Amino acid sequence: MIPAEFDYVAPTTVDDAVRALADAGEDAKVLAGGQSLIPVLRMRLAAPTKLIDLGKVAELRGVREEGNALVIGAMTSHYDVVRDPLIAEHAQLIAMATSTVADPQVRHRGTFGGSLAHADPAGDLLAPALALDAEMVVHGMDGRRVIPASEFFVDYFTTALRQGELLTDVRVPKYTGWHAHYEKFNRVAQAWSIVGVAAAVQVEGHTIQQARVGLTNMSSVPVRATGVERALIGQEATPEAIKAAAEHAVEGTMPVADGNADAAYREHLAKVLTSRAVTAACG
Amino acid sequence: MTTAAEPSLEVGKGRLRKEDARLITGRTRWTDNISLPGMLHMAMLRSPMAHARITNIDTSEARQMPGVLAVVTGADLADSQGSLPCAWPITEDMKSPDAPSMAVNQVNFAGEVVAAVVARSAAEAHDALEGIDVDYDELPVVLDMAEAIADGADLVHPDLGTNKSATWVFDSAEAGTGGNVDEAIASAEVTVERTFRQQRLIPAFMEPRSVVVDPTGEQVTMWSATQVPHILRLMLAMTLGVPEHKVRVIAPDVGGGFGGKLQVTPEEVITFLLAQQLGRPVKYTESRSESLSSAHHGRDQLQKLTIAAQRDGTVTGLKVELLADMGAYLRLVTPGVPILGAFMYNAIYKIPAYHFSCTNVFTTKTPTDAYRGAGRPEATFAIERMMDELAAELGMEPLELREKNWIKHEEFPYTTVSTLTYDSGNYEAATAKAKELFDYDGLRREQAERRQRGDTVQLGIGISTFTEMCGLAPSRVLGSLSYGAGGWEHGAIRMLPTGKVEVITGSSAHGQGHETAWSQIVADRLGVPFEDIEVLHGDTQSSPRGLDTYGSRSLTVGAMAVLAAADKVIEKAKPIAAHMMECSPDDLEFSGGKFTVRGTDTSTGITDIALAVFAAHDLPDGVEPSLDADATFDPENFSFPHGTHLCAAEVDTETGQVRLRSYVCVDDVGKVVNPLIVEGQVHGGLVQGIAQALFEEAVYDESGTLMTGTLADYLVPSAADMPSFTTDRTETPSTTNALGVKGVGEAGTIASTPAVVNAIVDAIRHFGVNDVEMPCTPMRVWQAIQGGAQSAAGPGSESGGGVGSLDTQGGAR
Ligand SMILES: Cc1cc2nc3c(=O)[nH]c(=O)nc-3n(C[C@H](O)[C@H](O)[C@H](O)COP(=O)(O)OP(=O)(O)OC[C@H]3O[C@@H](n4cnc5c(N)ncnc54)[C@H](O)[C@@H]3O)c2cc1C
Repeated sequence: MIPAEFDYVAPTTVDDAVRALADAGEDAKVLAGGQSLIPVLRMRLAAPTKLIDLGKVAELRGVREEGNALVIGAMTSHYDVVRDPLIAEHAQLIAMATSTVADPQVRHRGTFGGSLAHADPAGDLLAPALALDAEMVVHGMDGRRVIPASEFFVDYFTTALRQGELLTDVRVPKYTGWHAHYEKFNRVAQAWSIVGVAAAVQVEGHTIQQARVGLTNMSSVPVRATGVERALIGQEATPEAIKAAAEHAVEGTMPVADGNADAAYREHLAKVLTSRAVTAACG
Repeated sequence: MTTAAEPSLEVGKGRLRKEDARLITGRTRWTDNISLPGMLHMAMLRSPMAHARITNIDTSEARQMPGVLAVVTGADLADSQGSLPCAWPITEDMKSPDAPSMAVNQVNFAGEVVAAVVARSAAEAHDALEGIDVDYDELPVVLDMAEAIADGADLVHPDLGTNKSATWVFDSAEAGTGGNVDEAIASAEVTVERTFRQQRLIPAFMEPRSVVVDPTGEQVTMWSATQVPHILRLMLAMTLGVPEHKVRVIAPDVGGGFGGKLQVTPEEVITFLLAQQLGRPVKYTESRSESLSSAHHGRDQLQKLTIAAQRDGTVTGLKVELLADMGAYLRLVTPGVPILGAFMYNAIYKIPAYHFSCTNVFTTKTPTDAYRGAGRPEATFAIERMMDELAAELGMEPLELREKNWIKHEEFPYTTVSTLTYDSGNYEAATAKAKELFDYDGLRREQAERRQRGDTVQLGIGISTFTEMCGLAPSRVLGSLSYGAGGWEHGAIRMLPTGKVEVITGSSAHGQGHETAWSQIVADRLGVPFEDIEVLHGDTQSSPRGLDTYGSRSLTVGAMAVLAAADKVIEKAKPIAAHMMECSPDDLEFSGGKFTVRGTDTSTGITDIALAVFAAHDLPDGVEPSLDADATFDPENFSFPHGTHLCAAEVDTETGQVRLRSYVCVDDVGKVVNPLIVEGQVHGGLVQGIAQALFEEAVYDESGTLMTGTLADYLVPSAADMPSFTTDRTETPSTTNALGVKGVGEAGTIASTPAVVNAIVDAIRHFGVNDVEMPCTPMRVWQAIQGGAQSAAGPGSESGGGVGSLDTQGGAR
């Protein structure tokens, strides 16, 4: 279908984008890669009066180091995330999860920041951001603020972003030398996760020193599987230990039923996939 | 005319398709690319309700909106729109509701058109839809077939007094072709009974439907993304009362149909009426979601089967009782689709007693109609699943059970219990080849080994030894089934003065590659180069007669008409050649494009004759100055491709995920004109059949709303979801046409679905599983392994992933 009419601006700096967003008021929308927003507009599920396209804001693209953290620009495409050498070295989990997103066409257009701001509970990048204690850097007319991932995802398609605020960067602490795996479960290759499990571990000898586990689509927001993490830390990376730890995967989850899975099946999958993700991460 | 035996030059060559360059580079014109001076655009308002009375429609706001020229409702069209045609009244007492293109008083499925806007631009037309206010009085929805035919059920069409459209029965005892099935069952040593659900599918062609209507005075031209331009023109004339000779229908390049464009659509009728009313060209192109929710669906049957056998595996009877969902209306061939299956449940087997009955049921869902295979995939699925179930019951190797019952190759021609005469086939050869390519014995060993080891990944082997009837169809057979038309096809040849050849075909290709295949066939017959031939189709002006493309009929029927026309050309050229070479026609032989005086090296090429005929200066007396010829071919019989398909599926017993590890098919489609095209048809067909087994389903919620209304929810698989196929062929020529060819368009789809489901059930049968409902989603497979009841996993309102679930704010708020 054809979207309803809207005005369009394409600022070139963050400051201009923030001002444009403030000027446009309530009915404005930010356009990033458009891979979620454009279908919504075309189906007329939303009819914003103005789109602020971030596509020309060069400073929002790319990955850089800042001390002990990586800073990923909100407009960095999935394609660039998957190939970025800094992410490969310090935040491998994010690259792994991103490589499972959709298909090459969508990965060339869709952005890291757009995925997080969109906050689809089935999106694959939320759980890694949460598990890795990422921080969202946002800019509005009142200036800059930093929101930890644990406070950023509020509900279905809802974040802590206030009206007039832009997500500009995502700061991810470095996990240099950690091992990671993203276990995605879906029915056809280009589909969203029915359940996904993001796992990162630091292993010395055979002992799991540290563990981070996040769950995709097990609630209205991504879930940090802290019970699993606690059960893993200090354990030998044996199949039995991992399996036992994975039993904690459903703690704190509230899975829904949809055409692909009912809640009980999702809970079962969360355990099986957690065990597989951690096993793969431990190598 | 008999031609001297000639080594076949073109037929059999794996030529790249002529039509692909323009398709791949986007240089062709699809209907939606057509733009005419002064053209207006139309958008449709569709009912969000599955069943409701329309109490009021207020269009006043829409009429005031920018660019709007007309807003119409069903009341405006009630007198002119007629009733959409159903060409297949399967029984004399079949109940068929009035089928308005635009709903007048009542809507009967969600997606039915209730109003239309014509505006200067497509955007303005869409904007104005929001200015139309419709008031509905909700009626109870009718969604479940079994409930729909129970006493006291809510009725879709109260004036019909029932939700049953018709019941169609075939009984071998009554027909005198076999025994009494109830006796066979009563006296059987073993019986197996199963009920299978053929889920509702959506054809999901790539190019959405689109129509442009140009009224240039009395004459009206319609471009439409249709499979059936000829039928469409006839039906427009019959439905709307417009004079047939004033209507021209053009199907330009069409991006797939799979039966989904074998239809006379409400949108075509409405666009026609509006263009006529406004005296301006009007275009309508549907959105993907409109296509998924309102273009006709396929399958949707409940199949109850009882098979009777002796302990040694000899099948003694088969009883089939069906409920088939028509949806809300009977479209072009809706009621006949399940009936086509009636002849196929006995498949390749010698079954001495057979009973088939099918009750067609109305529901408040999108109408169903033909979808790749139409009735035959359902039949093949059921019988091939039953053969595996019977083998399990008897503890017999499933291939041995099949072989025990199938028609041996020396028994052809063979007349089946359901009255068809199979002309040829060799099930032994195809099966032997498939077993070897598959490493059947090796995989059976691995299966046993994994089972013993209790591996979390279990292996299953699925078999489908299918046949099908295609090449629709002998006209007298269609007549005996009360079908509203014949099954002939038309072809013509025009010999141009420069030696080039135009071939005209009544088949209407929409992805099949007729231009290439017909060129190969004509090149051989007339002895002209492949490149010198152009094939014209899909325009009622250039190709005046035809019955179009569906039912794998184009090659076995359409190309035969072309071939007959080519023979007439040669026949017409012969006296002229004799005249030019001053000999008797009886001394001439035709081969390699030349008439040669027997025993000499004097010859004249057919293209030289074409030039001489164009000049017409020196022709024999009484000979018309034209070599052009046309022919109409009516087949004597169907065509019966067959094959053996073997599928190895790995089932992850911890998650229920199915991975197809290998897939081997050996198809027998008779003589092959172009192996590349055959390969393409087989691959595409396999994917569509596998998609039914694993992925696709049109799901409705309890209010009758389609939940799979986008391609994020209706899971059409991609190459990434498929194994690499191993395809091969045996070649048993058909004996009922001049080339020995059989249809290939539907074979892959018909054969593959049961092979996959049989493999899944085979992998987990030791958990006590004897069926998994399609599509075999990971959850269904996992639940089957758990032995629990299968949950339908009702569509949730708030899950993520997929456009259908996005909130109206469009994401981050
Ligand atoms: C066919 C298909 C398959 C897909 N499969 C998957 C999948 O498997 N896994 C997965 O995770 N995703 C999947 N996606 C979604 C994809 O990853 C999207 O790219 C992503 O969800 C949104 O990113 P975007 O850059 O396209 O954002 P847009 O669509 O442009 O925007 C999405 C929302 O976020 C807001 N927004 C965007 N950027 C900002 C910002 N910087 N500040 C504030 N608000 C902002 C927008 O206003 C809008 O509301 C799929 C998409 C498609 C089309």
